[in-house]
Amino acid sequence: MSGPSDYQPSNPALKWIERRLPIFGLMHSSFVAYPTPRNLNYWWTFGAILSFMLAIQIVTGVILAMHYTPYADLAFKSVELIVRDVNYGWLLRNMHAVGASMFFFAVYVHMFRGLYYGSYKEPREVLWILGVIIYLLMMATGFMGYVLPWGQMSFWGATVITNLFSAIPYVGESIVTLLWGGYSVGNPTLNRFFSLHYLLPFLIAGVVVLHVWALHVAGQNNPDGVEPKTEKDMVPFTPHATIKDFFGVSCFLLLCAWFIFYMPNYLGDADNYIPANPGVTPPHIVPEWYYLPFYAILRSIPNKLAGVVAMFGAIIVLVFLPWLDSAKTKSSKYRPLAKQFFWIFVVVCILLGYLGAQPPEGVYVIAARVLTVCYFGYFLIVLPLLARVERPRPVPNSISEAVLARSGKAVASIAVALVAAGALFAGTLQDARASEGSDAPPAQKWSFSGPFGKFDRGALQRGLKVYKEVCSNCHGLSYVAFRNLAEAGGPGYSAAQASAFASEYKIKDGPNDAGDMFERAGRPADYFPSPFPNEQAARAANGGAAPPDLSLITKARSYKRGFPWFVFDVFTQYQEQGPDYVDAVLQGYEDEPPHGVTIPEGSYYNKYFPGHAIKMPKPLSDGQVTYDDGSPATVAQYAKDVTTFLMWAAEPHMEARKQLGFQVFIFLIIFAGMMYFTKKKVWADAH
Amino acid sequence: MNPDASTIAAGAPIEVDISPIAEGQDVKVFWRGKPIYISHRTKKQIDEARAVNVASLPDPESDEARTKPGKEQWLVVIGICTHLGCIPIAHEGNYDGFFCPCHGSQYDSSGRIRQGPAPANLPVPPYQFVSDTKIQIG
Ligand code: FES
Repeated sequence: MSGPSDYQPSNPALKWIERRLPIFGLMHSSFVAYPTPRNLNYWWTFGAILSFMLAIQIVTGVILAMHYTPYADLAFKSVELIVRDVNYGWLLRNMHAVGASMFFFAVYVHMFRGLYYGSYKEPREVLWILGVIIYLLMMATGFMGYVLPWGQMSFWGATVITNLFSAIPYVGESIVTLLWGGYSVGNPTLNRFFSLHYLLPFLIAGVVVLHVWALHVAGQNNPDGVEPKTEKDMVPFTPHATIKDFFGVSCFLLLCAWFIFYMPNYLGDADNYIPANPGVTPPHIVPEWYYLPFYAILRSIPNKLAGVVAMFGAIIVLVFLPWLDSAKTKSSKYRPLAKQFFWIFVVVCILLGYLGAQPPEGVYVIAARVLTVCYFGYFLIVLPLLARVERPRPVPNSISEAVLARSGKAVASIAVALVAAGALFAGTLQDARASEGSDAPPAQKWSFSGPFGKFDRGALQRGLKVYKEVCSNCHGLSYVAFRNLAEAGGPGYSAAQASAFASEYKIKDGPNDAGDMFERAGRPADYFPSPFPNEQAARAANGGAAPPDLSLITKARSYKRGFPWFVFDVFTQYQEQGPDYVDAVLQGYEDEPPHGVTIPEGSYYNKYFPGHAIKMPKPLSDGQVTYDDGSPATVAQYAKDVTTFLMWAAEPHMEARKQLGFQVFIFLIIFAGMMYFTKKKVWADAH
Repeated sequence: MNPDASTIAAGAPIEVDISPIAEGQDVKVFWRGKPIYISHRTKKQIDEARAVNVASLPDPESDEARTKPGKEQWLVVIGICTHLGCIPIAHEGNYDGFFCPCHGSQYDSSGRIRQGPAPANLPVPPYQFVSDTKIQIG
C-alpha cells in the first residue's frame, strides 16, 4: 500500500498469479518491506494486538453462532448448553466474552497512545477519524453481543440503551419502536441484534483495512513525533516490527488467558446468569465496564436529552480532536504541560468509569458532574489553550538522533502497567454488584478455588444427597442431566451408577401413539425434573416467591466486594463470591431478628440475605440428612457440601478449564520468552 | 423493521378484573409487553395527588386529567420509567408513588414525575371501565 513493490516471486505458480493480480507484491510492500520508524515503543504493538483480537472474535463468534439460538425463550438456555455440552464450548464462550473486554482494553490503550503521542495530527487526521468510526462500531457490536445471552443484564441493558434514542425530539419514539420491532424489548429485538452482531464485525474489518491503508499512506507516527527523513530512521517491517508484534501479542495473550481460564466471570455481571425477566428490573443496572465512563456522563446530567447528547458528544468530540489540538509538536514527550494534563485526563476517565458503576446518588452524582466537566474541559478548553500558551521543548532533528539519545527502557514496566491498569478499570464493575444492606458473607476455604482447584469428590456426592433430599423439594436443577454425574470432573460416579440414580426419578414423556403423556423411569440423558410444572405454580406454592432454579445459583449470586478488594481479586483470582454467599445464606438464619428489625409475615430473618427478609424457611438443621461416609451431620457441613455440589452444577467443566489454563500458560510463557530473545537478536543492530 | 402483523395483533386490548385489588394495593399486568400498574389508591394518596400545585410540577398535569371521573381511586399507568425504561417500584420513594431503581426518578401517587432525571409523567394507557369491576386496556 505504499507505492509499487519491486517484489518478484520466484515460484512460477506465484509468478503467474502475480502478473494477473499483484497481491503478493501488495502484501510484501505492506507487511514485509514496509519501512517502520526505528524508535517505536511497545505501545505501538497494540495495533497488531487489536487486529489479532478482531480475528479471534470473528472466529470464535462464527463457531458460537453455529450453536446459538436467537429466540427469546431459548437463547439463555442455548448459551448454557454451549458451555456445558459443546466440545470446548466453555472455552469458546469464555474466549469470546473475555475477548470482547480485552479488545476494548487494547483499544483504549491504543487510543490513549494516539492521544499522548499526537498521532491524530497532520497528516493523520483521516487515519484518526477512521479509528473513531471503528471504535463506535465496536461499541455497537459489543452492546448487541451483550444482549444475546438474554440474561437480566442483557435485557435491561438493552432496554436502557435503546431508550436513549427516545430522547430525540419528535421522532425518538418511532425510532425506538423501529429498534425493538415491537412495543418493548422482546424476541424481534433479539433477532435483529443477533443479525447485526454478526454483521458489524465484518464492517469493522472493512474499516480496519481502510485504517491500515491510511496508516501506510501517512506512515506511522512515532514516540518522538518527528517525521522520518532518511533511510537511517527506518527499519523494514519484517522482521523487526513483526517479531516485536509477536512478542507484544503473546504478552497480551497471557493477560487474556489469565481471565479466560482463571476468572472468566470477573468481567461480567452475576445478574446475567439470571434469565431475562421483563417484569423485574434488577436493582442496579450497569453496562459492561468499557462503557462505564460514558454511562457516568449520561447519568450525571439531570436532563434526559442533555444527558444523551453529552454521552454521545463525549465520543464525537474525538472526531474533532485534530482541530481542537493545533499544537505543532506532536509528541507529549516534548510538551511538559500537555503531558501532565494527559495523565490527569487518564485519571478522570478511570474515575468516571468507577462512578459509572456506583449507584446514582449523593456524592457520586456530584463527583460525576465535576468529572464530566473535566472530561469536556480537556478537549474543549485545555487542548486548544495549550496549543497557544505552551512552550514545547525542542524536538530532536531526526529519529536516529532520538534513538541515540535514549537510554534503555525496562520492558517489564509495560506488563506491570498493563495488569495494574486493567485491574483498576475492569474491577469497577465488581463494585456494582447489588447486595445493599447485607453483611458480607465470610470467605470460606473451597477446594475448587485457585489456579489448581479441584472439586472434592466426597463433598460433591454428599452435596448431591443434600440437594436430592432437601433442596429438590422446591428448587429445580434443570440444566444438569443425570449423565453429567458420571462425567470427568464431576462427583465421580460410574455410568452405571448414574443411570441407576436416574432410574429412581419419574420423568414425564410423550405424547405416545395414543396422544397421551406418560411417565417413565429416568434415563441418563434426562435432566433433573423440576418440582413445579411452571413458574406460576412455583410462585403460588411458595407464598409469592418462586424458588429459583439452582443450576446457576452460585454464579448468579454475588455481593459487593468494594474498593480496593476488587483490585486484589485480579491477582488472587478470588472468584468465590457466589459460593460464599450461598453457603452463608444457608447458615445465616436466626430465630429472633435483632432488635429493631421487623420481618414481614411469611418471611424469615437471614443475616446475609439482602434486606434480611427471606421467603425460604430455614432449610437445613443438624442431623437432617444422614451421611454414609462419617462426615459430621451438621448444618455447616451440609451447607458446604451442597454449595460445592451447586458450584459443580453451575460449571461442570471447571476442572478442565483450570487444567487447560495451566498448559496454555506454560506454552505462552515459553513462546513469549522465545519471541523476546528473537526480538532482541533481530533488533541488536537497530538500536 | 417496524412490528410485524402478529406483534400488532398480540397488542390488541385486554380486559382486567379489578375487583380483587384491595385498597392500597396494586397489580401489574402486561399489555404489549409493557407492565401496566393498576393501583387502588387510598384516600390519603388521592388527596396528596390533588393537593399539589399543578403548575409547579416538572410535567404539569392534574390528577383529575389522569384518572376517570368518579373512579378517582383507580390509577392506571404504564410502569415504564420515562427516563430510560426501567420498571419503577410501587409504594416507594418520597411521594407515596413510584420509585425507579435505575437512576432514582421518583413519581407521586398520580404517577407524575417529581424528582430525578425522568422528563415526563408515567403515561396513562388508553383504557375504559367496561363495568365497575372490569377495565379494558387498549
Ligand atoms: S430509567 Fe428510571 S431513572 Fe433512569
